[in-house]
Amino acid sequence: MGPFRPLDFLELEEELSEDQRMVRDAIRAWVSERFLPGIADHFEAGEFPLDQVGELAELGVFGPSLPERYGCAGLDDVSYGLICQELERGDSGLRSFCSVQGSLVMWPIHAFGSEEQKEYWLPRLAAGEAIGCFGLTEPDHGSNPGGMQTRAVRDGDEWVLDGRKMWITNGTCCHLALVWARCEDTIRGFLVPAQTPGFSAPEQKHKWSLRASTTSELVLEGVRLPADAMLPDARGLKGPLSCLTQARYGIAWGAIGAALACFDEALQYSRERIVFDRPLAGFQLAQQKFAHMATRITLAQLAALRVGRLKQAGKMTPAQVSLIKRNNVEMALETARTVRDMLGANGISLEYQTGRHMCNLESVFTYEGTHDIHTLALGHELTGISAYR
Amino acid sequence: MKIVACIKRVPTTDAQTRVAGGTALDSGSFQYMTSFYDEIAVEEAIRTREAHEGEVTVVTIGPSEASKELRECIAKGADRGVILTDADWSGRDCLSTARALAAQLEELAPQIVFMGKVATDRDNAAVGPMVATMLGWSCVTNVVDLELSDGAGKAKRETEHGIETHEFTLPAVITCDKGLNEPRYAGLKGIMAAKKKPLDELACAAPESQVTVCELTLPAPRAEGRIVGEGVEAVPALIDALRNEAQVL
Repeated sequence: MGPFRPLDFLELEEELSEDQRMVRDAIRAWVSERFLPGIADHFEAGEFPLDQVGELAELGVFGPSLPERYGCAGLDDVSYGLICQELERGDSGLRSFCSVQGSLVMWPIHAFGSEEQKEYWLPRLAAGEAIGCFGLTEPDHGSNPGGMQTRAVRDGDEWVLDGRKMWITNGTCCHLALVWARCEDTIRGFLVPAQTPGFSAPEQKHKWSLRASTTSELVLEGVRLPADAMLPDARGLKGPLSCLTQARYGIAWGAIGAALACFDEALQYSRERIVFDRPLAGFQLAQQKFAHMATRITLAQLAALRVGRLKQAGKMTPAQVSLIKRNNVEMALETARTVRDMLGANGISLEYQTGRHMCNLESVFTYEGTHDIHTLALGHELTGISAYR
Repeated sequence: MKIVACIKRVPTTDAQTRVAGGTALDSGSFQYMTSFYDEIAVEEAIRTREAHEGEVTVVTIGPSEASKELRECIAKGADRGVILTDADWSGRDCLSTARALAAQLEELAPQIVFMGKVATDRDNAAVGPMVATMLGWSCVTNVVDLELSDGAGKAKRETEHGIETHEFTLPAVITCDKGLNEPRYAGLKGIMAAKKKPLDELACAAPESQVTVCELTLPAPRAEGRIVGEGVEAVPALIDALRNEAQVL
């Protein structure tokens, strides 16, 4: 395969500032040179390359939009999107790792935490000295987190947590779990250091998607925490849901990266692959697929860029994020499936990237609000009537 | 310690090459990057500052757009950048380029200057030694290992015959080869910090080129391969072709 040539049909490059291009190019170069050579082996072995966490921290991809005084880069929101795009061009597991660390752990500590919590945890998480995970989903409560059964009960100066969480990225390798639990009156977030007695995080094995990512169950059995382990400014489901809005914004960009990788692979392959004495790319069936994929990728790029600018202006709404998460991930999954087909038998080999992206995107389609849930969120937004219940 | 790294922006390695006007490449669709060996030079400059303190200035001759490459160097850790703006930057000959750089270096008065051993576009490997000669400074080329101490240094360079170790006095021009270091990536914090560091554009005081390209032709396309047979039976035909056609045996 030749060097990566991302599709930019509408010359959106011109819409980016020099800083944004530099950020994107730095992550792109690292992914090409340091990450991609090993990803097929990590995927096959079913492990995240934890030995590269230091390099990721050195690059500054953990919480890159948070302020510099906490050890972060203070980047704009389009730059953050471009980082997610480039990371997911490598692998959805890589982008997931960074989304969880940045959007689901560092962001809520910054948004809802006390100054002491911010000063203690954010620099450690930014430097990769601490890995975080986000515990919201439960075995019986995925799309309906309000039904959660994990409980936090006050006992003197302490909180006592009991319950189980499921499908938690980075659980087994975490140093800090942000666990959402039901208290007497409402849902609250708790910072649980992984070494706390009663906390364990067994890994969930036998996945055929996001294999280069650690997925875990969190078990909380009489976990005792000091009173100041609770995030003081998050009350109710709004807390965790606002974290998910941040992460979904990154996912909408990340999906473009996966799609660009697949599209580029298809283009390079089909120009060189000779069938019936002609390049595959010269056949009408292939060209129809290219036209369709290029159109969908381009529209996804436009939508992500527009929402990024709205986010930067403080005007982005959760429904807008639902629209781009829903559209862009489905676009990426369709692109990956199409390219898998175009690659013929090679499409099922890990020698090619597309099969891996295709498997990963099945998870991305489902996590952080399933495709169907985002459909209903949009329906609710457009009609004013909730179809959930 | 005052340290300078000189870089050249070159077309990216995947650039499509077409001749325009008979003497130059059509640069219309080119994207640019810092020449590979110059990245090693910048890295060595930053490492030298980290070990001995001081300031790293990165200098290039080029258009204003070379700010992109200089900002990347600053994001990696250089302290400031200087573009000697020059409309004729891509066509300038080695001597003219060296004179412009030497004049700027005289003004900056560094103790050590790092350059790549060769620019990956023109492949001359001449500017570094020329600049050192003009300034009367030490020069070691193709360096793969470097130690600096007070006013002097020791450098290893790889040759076809073995590894030479040179001792030299400062000021010096060092041209850098692969193996000297592993260039770092620009981190996101560095990219943000780079916006606040100085990047100056100065007029390029370069004399006219004495050497000009009068014709540029692309290499002839490679002839198509030929299958002489299959398996052991093909060996005699293969030996015959290698001996009589290719004349390599």
